[in-house]
Amino acid sequence: MSDTEDNTPPAKLPLDGWHRAQGARMVPFAGYEMPIQYEGIKAEHDWTRSSAGLFDVSHMGQLLLSGPGLDEAVEALLPIDLSPLSVGRQRYSLLLDENGGVLDDLMVSRWPEHLYLVVNGATKWDDIAHMREHLPDEITLNHLEDRALLALQGPKAVDALARHAKGETDLHDLTFMRFGEYTIAGHEVTIARAGYTGEDGFEISIPGEAAEEIAALLAGEPEVKPIGLGARDSLRLEAGLPLYGHDLSPETSPIEAGLVFGINKRRRGEGGFPGAERIQREIAEGTGRKWAALVLEGRQPAREGAEIYHGDAKIGIVTSGGFSPTLGHPIAMGYVETDHAAVDTALEIDVRGKRLPARVAPLPFVPHKYYRKGA
Amino acid sequence: MPRYFTEEHEWIDVDGDTATVGITDYAQEQLGDVVFVEVPQSGTELAKGAEAAVVESVKAASDVYAPIAGTVTEGNSALEDEPELVNTSADDQGWFFKLTIADKDELDGLMDAKAYKAFCDGL
Repeated sequence: MSDTEDNTPPAKLPLDGWHRAQGARMVPFAGYEMPIQYEGIKAEHDWTRSSAGLFDVSHMGQLLLSGPGLDEAVEALLPIDLSPLSVGRQRYSLLLDENGGVLDDLMVSRWPEHLYLVVNGATKWDDIAHMREHLPDEITLNHLEDRALLALQGPKAVDALARHAKGETDLHDLTFMRFGEYTIAGHEVTIARAGYTGEDGFEISIPGEAAEEIAALLAGEPEVKPIGLGARDSLRLEAGLPLYGHDLSPETSPIEAGLVFGINKRRRGEGGFPGAERIQREIAEGTGRKWAALVLEGRQPAREGAEIYHGDAKIGIVTSGGFSPTLGHPIAMGYVETDHAAVDTALEIDVRGKRLPARVAPLPFVPHKYYRKGA
Repeated sequence: MPRYFTEEHEWIDVDGDTATVGITDYAQEQLGDVVFVEVPQSGTELAKGAEAAVVESVKAASDVYAPIAGTVTEGNSALEDEPELVNTSADDQGWFFKLTIADKDELDGLMDAKAYKAFCDGL
């Protein structure tokens, strides 16, 4: 939660007053005042896993790209294959530097005349500058600062949202990583079946001026409670999803991070994106270290920055760690030397001079429940 | 038995030459769900302001400091199995450790309940 990059006072997002009225504790995050929790991280975490949690993720950047030669221009910047991305689909992709280090991870959606990108809040200004610098002048980049972004996550999200979202496709028929145009209380919104908790759920892009009305409507449903950033982090940790600025950075390559799926197959062969040489080499030859999941014995969590040992040898570092409310024990993720990355390998994590026994585990810690076709 | 408070949100109950230390209800509220507590072992000598214990919530780890100097006589072993006592009974059963007081004059710099309440209201 230390992603505020400078000393400018935090700005306020459209739902600021609404969060405070709901009893949220607000903290500075990514340059904004954001709700860290309402009734408590554990209760909010459990509620999302069993019912539906409403998250305000308006700090994230919503960008629209358009112009002639758009696909070619974006493919020169991202390792994505846009040819199979038809209208209504979205994909995960990566913004890479010349060395193949990760500048950000993002979602790319095909709108009829545009590509719509959702980027991380803490990196959005750098992302915008990077894209403006590297995209040709014919490509227009609009930062949709007047829009808010809500996520409704959990097994009951679909029922709660379907009562309000009206559109051509019944929300129940929308599958994971697809989106559609809907209206909620007369406001035009875009709803994607995606999220960051491992649960079935939705990300809802809405006009900023309608944010309070829509948040109140959704939170008024019996299945729905507002959820803060604290539980967002513990949920994504259990889901084994990397967090930019912690698990991903310019010092990490996506191949080390296990994100080879973020580089489309055609692009792996063809290259032609920033850092392609390193990425192709790493896919062919492997990497010296890998991002791995770790389960700890006992109750004491290991946090970001804790060193990982095999015997006396330091073989890695924790990039995310905490206590899993669902599993009832601590979990962590971090980079370890590839020789020690196999599932079930016994390791130790140094926490303030104490060695905590840990074991490499399969990812995710808690199974994903995405709504896929035929599922 | 007088109870004193620190600006770091510890409380200290003084009983003759010994004292019991915990964190305040305000502090546990700020921490959120406590999942682990590491308390000092008997015999540990603590300087005033030294790191004495660690409390871990779902989200983060925080240090607990010794409000006064002294020698630890007991850590609260109940917190090993039930760290959530810090949330449910911060003022009482969720105490962290007991110590013999090295210098009673150090108590003079601490707040009483009324002063601590005013301190928290100003935060």
